[in-house]
Parts: sequence; structure tokens; C-alpha cells
Amino acid sequence: MIRALLISLLLAGPALAEDVVGALSQNSVSITANFNGSEIWVFGAVKREEPAPQSAGPLHVIVTIRGPDERVTVRKKERTLGIWVNRDAVEVDVAPSFYAITTTAPLEEIISATERLRHRIGFDQAVRLVGAPVEVASPRDFTAAVTRIRQDNGLYVQKDGIVDLTQDTLFTTRVALPANLVEGSYRARMFLTRGRKVISVSEEAIEVRKEGLERLIYTTAHERPFLYGIISLAVALFAGWAASEAFRLLRR
Amino acid sequence: MQIYLPIAEVSVNAFLLLGLGGLVGILSGMFGVGGGFLMTPLLFFIGIPPAVAVATEANQIVASSFSGVLAHFRRKTVDIKMGLVLLAGGLVGSAIGVQVFKILREMGQVELLVTLCYVIFLGVVGGLMFIESLNAIRRSKNPATAPKPRKHHNWVHGLPFKMRFRQSQLYISAIPPFIIGMAVGVLAAIMGVGGGFIMVPAMIYILGMPTKVVVGTSLFQIIFVTAFTTMMHAVQNQTVDAVLAVLLLLGGVVGAQIGARLGVRLKAEQLRILLAILVLAVCGKLAFDLIATPSELYSLGTGGH
Repeated sequence: MIRALLISLLLAGPALAEDVVGALSQNSVSITANFNGSEIWVFGAVKREEPAPQSAGPLHVIVTIRGPDERVTVRKKERTLGIWVNRDAVEVDVAPSFYAITTTAPLEEIISATERLRHRIGFDQAVRLVGAPVEVASPRDFTAAVTRIRQDNGLYVQKDGIVDLTQDTLFTTRVALPANLVEGSYRARMFLTRGRKVISVSEEAIEVRKEGLERLIYTTAHERPFLYGIISLAVALFAGWAASEAFRLLRR
Repeated sequence: MQIYLPIAEVSVNAFLLLGLGGLVGILSGMFGVGGGFLMTPLLFFIGIPPAVAVATEANQIVASSFSGVLAHFRRKTVDIKMGLVLLAGGLVGSAIGVQVFKILREMGQVELLVTLCYVIFLGVVGGLMFIESLNAIRRSKNPATAPKPRKHHNWVHGLPFKMRFRQSQLYISAIPPFIIGMAVGVLAAIMGVGGGFIMVPAMIYILGMPTKVVVGTSLFQIIFVTAFTTMMHAVQNQTVDAVLAVLLLLGGVVGAQIGARLGVRLKAEQLRILLAILVLAVCGKLAFDLIATPSELYSLGTGGH
């Protein structure tokens, strides 16, 4: 760990010549009743004290937006006596609820594996298992399953080559937030890379919160569950009675 | 029109939910079943988390059953005395069922056992009903060959604590209805449904109640058992989604009214055979899913935050 820090400091030394300055179109997302996803516009510029270095390879940009981390239980089905039954279960300790990656070029070409590990960029780095149970043969399959299922649900997205980089100075991209978003603090990070190494990082926060009626219902359900249950029942009984009366009047 | 559900934390089409509610409401009014055995799997299918689907469905069944039972009260087709005996058993059974559910959940096999319960009960009940109604229709077509069966005395009539159920024209022991109510309560809590699809045939074939009274009485009992379940879920798990419930019950209550009127027009045998086919179809689908190789072997569950 200490060695990794020292190496990163040494590497970061000469790279300070280029610095990323980033911003977002909005730093908060309100989930209201008609929330149907949102789009965040990420933009930024490269600040330089001196002309761009020619030797270190072309400049690239990686933008990631990451939702709050969750602990996830992954279960695997196996055929037993002719039917499919959940057998092995693995607790994946860290898995972001949402993760979007956009880049200027294919991810593997613009950043090395060690740099991805250091900055936790990529689905394989984001979904992590601290201690797998011994009896499970291949815990890697379970973390891969988290990525696969969440990609299918549109929660993990990787789009290579869609960040626009103009004259090695200005960059912009759009990241779509899906409708099945959970509340919490989201982090948007912007990386500059040259020669497959990260030379500068900028970070912005996005607060995703339920608002209005959604907020009211959510807090009532969690803070006054008994009252919430009674109200739910009252609404149900009223609706049942109202429909019955309405139809009786209609029949007359 | 997309709408975001605050507890389920997903966005779904509001009209889809209204339509589903209406469809299940029609079945509820026609057959006296809560419709949960159809609605709960449908909600899973459109992407509602299972815990939220089960809890919210209980709340919706309260509304559609209440709407349905009012229509039956007006036609005097509810045996309140019988309903109260069933309910007493139902609450005891529901409390037991919740404990069983908790134990199964700790064992990590709750989904499988719920599905197996569905397959077994829907299969047996649907099969029996289907054969019975076919026989009944055959008998009614050539009345000459089949003499009207006399009300026979079975073991049910030999038990103590006899009570007179005037509405059902029965004088039987209170023990069988109490046990039926209890069994349904247990299953209701485990399977997350009202339990009408088991109670209705049990009332017809074990207790020998007239079909017209069965539907109203079953709805009467379901209201209280599902209300109890809703409260349990709201207080313990906070998984009742008010927005989802309102959308489902708007469609559901209207559907229940239409269903109750359709039910009066259809003959009892036709009603039973329709319900039998429906029950068998759901059973077949669930059994197929257990046996067929799933496209995704892995499943995710949020293991607490």
C-alpha cells in the first residue's frame, strides 16, 4: 500500500503540467412522481502552464459516474432432482448501485490495468469481493454475474469513444441516468490519461434525492410504519367502498 | 405515462398497472378469489422487487375484496357467521405462517418453497375442480341418467360444536371451517396471497356450502386476513408501496364490480370450470419455470445496507 502510494507520487510528479477542470450540468437529481430518468451533461477543460507534451502519447479522457455502494447477495441455481434450486450464495461486499463509464477511445487502449486498479475504473474493479466462502468453487463468476445482470438492467453502462475532445483542451459527454435509480450520493470523476497513465483527476458530487410526494411517502413508510400501514388500509377500504357505491349509482 | 414508485424504486407505466389491476379485479369479483396468485407473479414479471410486490399486493386485495363483498352483502350472499369462524382460524394460521416464512427465509430457500407451494396447491385444486365441473356439466346435460345426489353425510357431520349456518343452510361442527380458515391463513402468509383459490373449493367440497354464498363469504374472510398481512409488512419490512397500491386498486375495485356482475350471469358450473382452467394455467407456467433451464443462473438480492 505504502509502496503504491510512493509510486503514484513519483509518477504524478512530472504530470502536473496538465490539469483537468470539470463541471456538470446539474449537481442534484430530484426523483419526483413522473421521474423517468435524467441526463447529466459532463464537460471540462484541460488547464496547462506550458505547451502540451509531445512525447507521452495522445491525450484521452475517461468520465465515470458511480452510485452509492451496496452489499449484494448473489445466488446461483443448480439442477437438483429435476428442478432448479438456489445452491451457492456469495456476499459481494462492494457493488455500486449504478456505474457509467464513457471514454474517448476503447478503455483498455487508454489506461493500463494497474492504473485501472489504482483508480478503480471498470466494472471488474468496481464490483469487489473481500472474502469468498471456501466452499464456492469460482467466486469470480459471482462478481461477473452482478456486472452482467446490472448491465442487462441498464444500471452498468460502458460507452467507449463517445467523449468529444476538442483540440486536446475541451471535452464534453452526456451520461443518461435510468429511471430505476436509487437515492444517495453519486460521484462523477473525470480522468486525463496519456500513455495509458492517469495524469489528472477531477471529482464532482451528484445528490440523487426523492422530492415532494415521493419523499413524503418514503419517509412516512420508514419513520412511522404503523401510521403508514393504517393509512394504506384506509385508502384501500375507501377505494373499495367508493367503487361499489359508484357502480350502484350507475345501475340505477 | 411513466410513474416512479417511491418504495419499489422503479419507474413503470401507470396504465399498465391500472390494466393489470382491472384484469385481476374482474377475476376477484367473479370467483371470490383475491387474485393475488396471479397478480404477485405478474408484478415480479414487470420488475417490481418481490418483497414489495407481495406486501403491496396484500393491500390491493383488501380494496378489491372490500368492493366485491359490498356487492355480495347487498345480494345477501355473505354468510357472516361462517365468515367469522373462518376468520378466527385465518388469523391464527396467518400468525403461524409468518413465523414459518421467517424460518424459511433464514434457510435461504424461501423462493423455491413458495413456488413449490404454488405448483402443488394450484395443481391439485385446479385438477379437482376441473374434473368436478366437467362431471357436473355432463350431469346437467342428461338429467335422466343421473339422479340428483342426495345430501350425503360425511365425516364432517360427526364432529362436536355444531353450529347452525342459516345463510349456507348448514348445521355442522365449527371445527372444519376453523381448520380450513387456519390452513388458508398459513398458506396465505407463506405464498403472499389472499388464499381464496384454496378456500373456495374447500368450502364447496368439504363443507358443502352453496356456490353463491361461497364467493361472498370467502371475500369477507380475505379482507381481514390481507389487512392483517398488510400491517405486518408495513411495520416489519416497510415494503408496502402506496403509489403502486393506489394504481393497482383503482383498476382493481372497478374490475371487481364488473366481475361480481359477470359472475351472476354465468352458471355455477361454467364459473368453476373457468377458474379451474385459470388455476391450471398458472400452475403449468410456474412448474415450467422450475424445470426449464433458466437463461440467467444467478440472481441478486440486496443483502441489507
